[in-house]
Amino acid sequence: MDAAGPRHYPDKPAKVYLFGTCLIDMFCPEAGMDALRLLEREGIEVLFPADQTCCGQPAHSSGFPEQARAVALAQLQLFPEAWPVIVPSGSCAGTMRHHYPEMFADDPRLRAQANALAERVFELSEFLVHVAKVSLADQGVPARVALHTSCAARREMGTHEHGRALLAQLGAVEVVMHEHESECCGFGGTFSLKHPAISSAMAGDKVDALKETGAETFLSADCGCMLSLNHTLQKRRDGFQGQHLATFLWQRTSGEGGRQ
Amino acid sequence: MNNSQQLNFVPASEFKQRASVAVADAHLRKSFRGAMDFLISKRAGQFPNPEALERQRSLAEHIRKYSLARLPELLEQLEHKLTDNGVQVHWAEDGEEACAIIVGIAQRHSTKLMVKGKSMVSEEVELNHAMAAAGIDALESDMGEYIVQLDGEKPSHIIMPAIHKTKEQIARLFADKVPGAGYTESVDELIGIGRAVLREKFMNAEVGLSGVNFAVAETGTLCLVENEGNGRMCTTVPDVHIAITGIEKVVEKLEHVPPLFGLLTRSATGQAITTYFNMISGPRKPGEKDGPGEMHLVLVDNGRTQAYGDEQLRSTLQCIRCGACMNHCPVYTRIGGHAYGTTYPGPIGEIISPHMLGLNATHVLPTASSLCGACGEVCPVRIPIPELLVRLREEAQHDARPGHAALRGQGAAKSRLVDAIWSGWAALYTRPALYRAFGWLATRFRALTPPMQGGWTVSRTPMKPAARTLHELMAARKKR
Amino acid sequence: MSARANILQRLRAAPQGRVPLAPAVPAFYDAIRAATPASTRTARIELFCEKMAFWHGEVVRVTHDNWPQKLREICAAKGVRSLLYGEASAHAEALKAAGIAGLKPYDRPVGEWKKELFDDTDAGLTSTRGGIAETGTLIIWPDANEPRLMSLVPPIHFALLDADQLHDTLFDAMCAQRWSESMPTNALLVSGPSKTADIQVTLAYGAHGPKELVVLLLDNELSEVSEVNEVNAEEGP
Repeated sequence: MDAAGPRHYPDKPAKVYLFGTCLIDMFCPEAGMDALRLLEREGIEVLFPADQTCCGQPAHSSGFPEQARAVALAQLQLFPEAWPVIVPSGSCAGTMRHHYPEMFADDPRLRAQANALAERVFELSEFLVHVAKVSLADQGVPARVALHTSCAARREMGTHEHGRALLAQLGAVEVVMHEHESECCGFGGTFSLKHPAISSAMAGDKVDALKETGAETFLSADCGCMLSLNHTLQKRRDGFQGQHLATFLWQRTSGEGGRQ
Repeated sequence: MNNSQQLNFVPASEFKQRASVAVADAHLRKSFRGAMDFLISKRAGQFPNPEALERQRSLAEHIRKYSLARLPELLEQLEHKLTDNGVQVHWAEDGEEACAIIVGIAQRHSTKLMVKGKSMVSEEVELNHAMAAAGIDALESDMGEYIVQLDGEKPSHIIMPAIHKTKEQIARLFADKVPGAGYTESVDELIGIGRAVLREKFMNAEVGLSGVNFAVAETGTLCLVENEGNGRMCTTVPDVHIAITGIEKVVEKLEHVPPLFGLLTRSATGQAITTYFNMISGPRKPGEKDGPGEMHLVLVDNGRTQAYGDEQLRSTLQCIRCGACMNHCPVYTRIGGHAYGTTYPGPIGEIISPHMLGLNATHVLPTASSLCGACGEVCPVRIPIPELLVRLREEAQHDARPGHAALRGQGAAKSRLVDAIWSGWAALYTRPALYRAFGWLATRFRALTPPMQGGWTVSRTPMKPAARTLHELMAARKKR
Repeated sequence: MSARANILQRLRAAPQGRVPLAPAVPAFYDAIRAATPASTRTARIELFCEKMAFWHGEVVRVTHDNWPQKLREICAAKGVRSLLYGEASAHAEALKAAGIAGLKPYDRPVGEWKKELFDDTDAGLTSTRGGIAETGTLIIWPDANEPRLMSLVPPIHFALLDADQLHDTLFDAMCAQRWSESMPTNALLVSGPSKTADIQVTLAYGAHGPKELVVLLLDNELSEVSEVNEVNAEEGP
C-alpha cells in the first residue's frame, strides 16, 4: 500500500524516462532492455539519461545519509521534463518515491524538487498496469511460475498486486503461490553481507518454498532478490532459476520465447 | 555502568556467532517457525477488515503519542493519584536503583520468598540477580517464566517465554527438578504440576511482584493483562505488592485503555481479550479481607529518557509490548530470542536495547534486519521500526547530528575503513563518467571477478558483471 | 537531585513539537456504533453466550427465582463439597434457602484461613456488575463482602450475571457505570477460566486460578418464555 493513500495515475504519456538502477546496469542489463522494449511497444518513447548511477539506497539503509544524499542529488537533476520516471525495481522506486523527500527535508528548493520527482516515479509493473494500461497477448507454451515480490516493492509500492495483474493477462501462464509468500528473501542489501548466516537461512527457505510449488521458474520485479536467490540456487547446483518480470513478460509476448 | 547491565552485554561478534548456531539448529528453526506461523494466523483472524484495523491503529498511535507528549505531567498526576490511594511511588534512574528499592522493601518485611508475575521490566533490570544476592528467593510464577527459570534460562519471547522448548523437554525438566513429579508429556498434567507447586508458593510468599501494562493517571489505576491468574495471585495473596514499570506506560484517562487493550491482545496472541484484566487502584482498605496491605510502584527510566529526548526516537516508547513485531520478523523466526542476548529480542529489542544498554554493547542489533518492514506493518501503535533501525545504524557510525545530544555509545561502530568505503562509493556514484568507466572495466574484466565475496559467497555463488552494462546497451541502441 | 527530579527534568528538557489534540475515543466508538445495526438485548445475550463458550466458560440460563435450585443441582453434579459466598450479598438468603451443602462465608481476613481457602474450598460464588457481550466478559468489583480471592482461588467459580447488565463493549460498560469517577481497590474483567498456552502453544485450563467458570445468567424474560411454554403444554391436547 502506498503510504500516501490511493495513487492518482496520469494518462498514458508520449515519453518516459527509464531509471535502470545500478544492479540492473551491472548484473542484469537485459532486464533493463526488456523494460525498454515493453514500454516502446506501447508507443512510448523512452529516454535514458546517461548520467544516472544509483538511487542511493545502499548508503541510506546502511546509516550513511550524507553519502546517500549526495548520490540522490546527482539523480535528482536528471529528469528535467515532466515525463514519468520508470524504475524496473520496486525497492529503488520506493527509495525515490518515499525517501527522497525526507533526504532533502532541510532544503526547501531540493525538497520541492524531490517531491515533484516522487510524484512521477513509477515502478515498471505499476506503470504498465495503471498508466500504459497494457493488454498482453501471450504467445508462449503453458507455463507454471511463482512470483517473489521484494519487501520494499510490496510495502512501499504495492508491486505484488501489479505483478500479479500483468501475469493474469498471460493466458497460458499459471501463477502459483508459495508458502510464506510475503516473507523477505533475506537479501536486504548490505544485510546479506553483514549477517550472512541469517541471510542465507532466509534465502534457503525462500528457494525451498519457491521450488515446492513445482513452478518452472520464479519471477521477481527486483533484481536484488532475484540475484540473491539465483546465486543461492547456483551454489546448490540447482538448475531452478528466476527471471526478472520484465524479461519474462517480453519473452512471452514478443515471440522471442527461446531467447536466453 | 553498573553490574546489572553488564550481564546483558553482548558483543557484536557474539551475536553473529549465536545467530549462526541458531540458524544451524533445525529443531529450533522448526519450533520457532511453527509457533510464529501459529501466532501470525491467530492475529490475522482477529483483523478481518483492513480498513477497520487501520482506524484502530490510528487511534492507538494517537493515544500513545498524546500520552508521551504529556508524559512528565501524567507521571506526576499518576504519582499524586496513587499516593492518595495509598500506594507508595518510587522512581529509579536505572536498573541498579530499581533493584535496590525492591530489595529494600523486601528486606523491611523480612522476605524469604517473592513471587513474580510476568514483568519484562524486572528482567530488564536483572531483579532476580539482585534478589538472589540479598538472599531472597524470587520465583517466576507465569508458567512459561517458571519453566525457563527452572532450567536456568531466560525468556526467548516477551509473550511466550518458553516458546523454544518442546513438551518433551519440559517433561524431562519437571521430572528432574520438581520434587515428587513423575515424567509426563501430557500438557494438562505438566500444567497441573506447575499449578500445585506455585499455589503453595503464593500462599507462603511475603511479597508479590508484578509488571504493569497500562498505568492510568486520572484514577491512579494499574492495569495488568494475563490469562493464567498468577498475576492476580501475586498482586492479591502476599501482604506486599510491588509493581514495576517503565515510565512510558502511563495514559491519561481510563477511556484510553480499551483501544490499546483491544489491540494488545489481538496483536499478541490473536485473542479478543485475555482471561483476566486486573485493574488495581490501591492496597487493601479497612474492612476488606484480602489484597496486599502495602503496595508500591517503581517507575523505571533505564534509558527511556534518552529515547524521549529525540523526537524521532521517542516513537520507540509508543510500544505496548505485544510482540507482534517479533512474531512477524523473518530474522527472529530464524534465530529465536536468545541469540539477541538482550531482554527484549526481535525488532522492538533492536530499537530499544541501545537506549537501555548503550550502543557500545548493542550496535550490531539494529543491523540484524533486512529492513523488510514486516514489523512496522503489524505494529499496533505504528512505530516506524525500519526507520528507527536506519537511524540507529547512523548513530552507531557517526558523531551526533548537529543540535542533537549524543546517545550513550554514540559512534560505537565508527570505522575509518567503512567510512572510506562509503565515501569512495559516493565519489563513484556522483561522477557519471567515472561510473561508466568503472562499468566498462568491470564488464570487460569480468573474468577477474573475485570468487570470494565476503558474506555473500557463504551460501551463494559470486556476483559477476554482465558482458555489457545497461548504459552501454542503451548507448549502442541510440547509435543504431 | 533525586531520581524523580532527574527523570522529570530530562523529560521536560526534551524538544516538544506540537502536542496532539486529545484522542477522540468516544467518537471512535460512536462511529463503529453508527456503522453497525443497533444492538438489542437478545443479540447481546446471544453474543455473550457465544463468546463465553468460546473461552470455555459455561453459561447456564436461569431466572431470578430458579437460580438457587439450578446452582444446587450443578454443585451436586460437580461434587462441590464447599461453596464460598459473601454473607452480606443480596443473594445470600436465597442461597441459604436452597439447601446447598457446604456453604462457607468469606467472613475472616484471608491470613487467618489461607490454607483452608487454597486447599479445601471447592467453589466460590460471586455477583458481577455486569458483562460485556463483544468479548464474553464478566465485570467483577470485589469488595469487603465478596473479596478478591473468591473468584480466583477455588477451582470452580460461579458468577451471577443479570442479563439486563450486559453492555456491548468494554468502553460502553466503562462509560455507563462511570468507572473513572470511583475506581475500587480492585476491579476485574474475567473471560473464562484460568488458562495458559505456555507449553508448545497448547491450551490448558486451570493454570493457577479456576479450572471452571460457570455463569448463571439471570434473565426473567426467559422465565416468561418458559412459563408461556408450560401453559401451552398444559393446554395441549
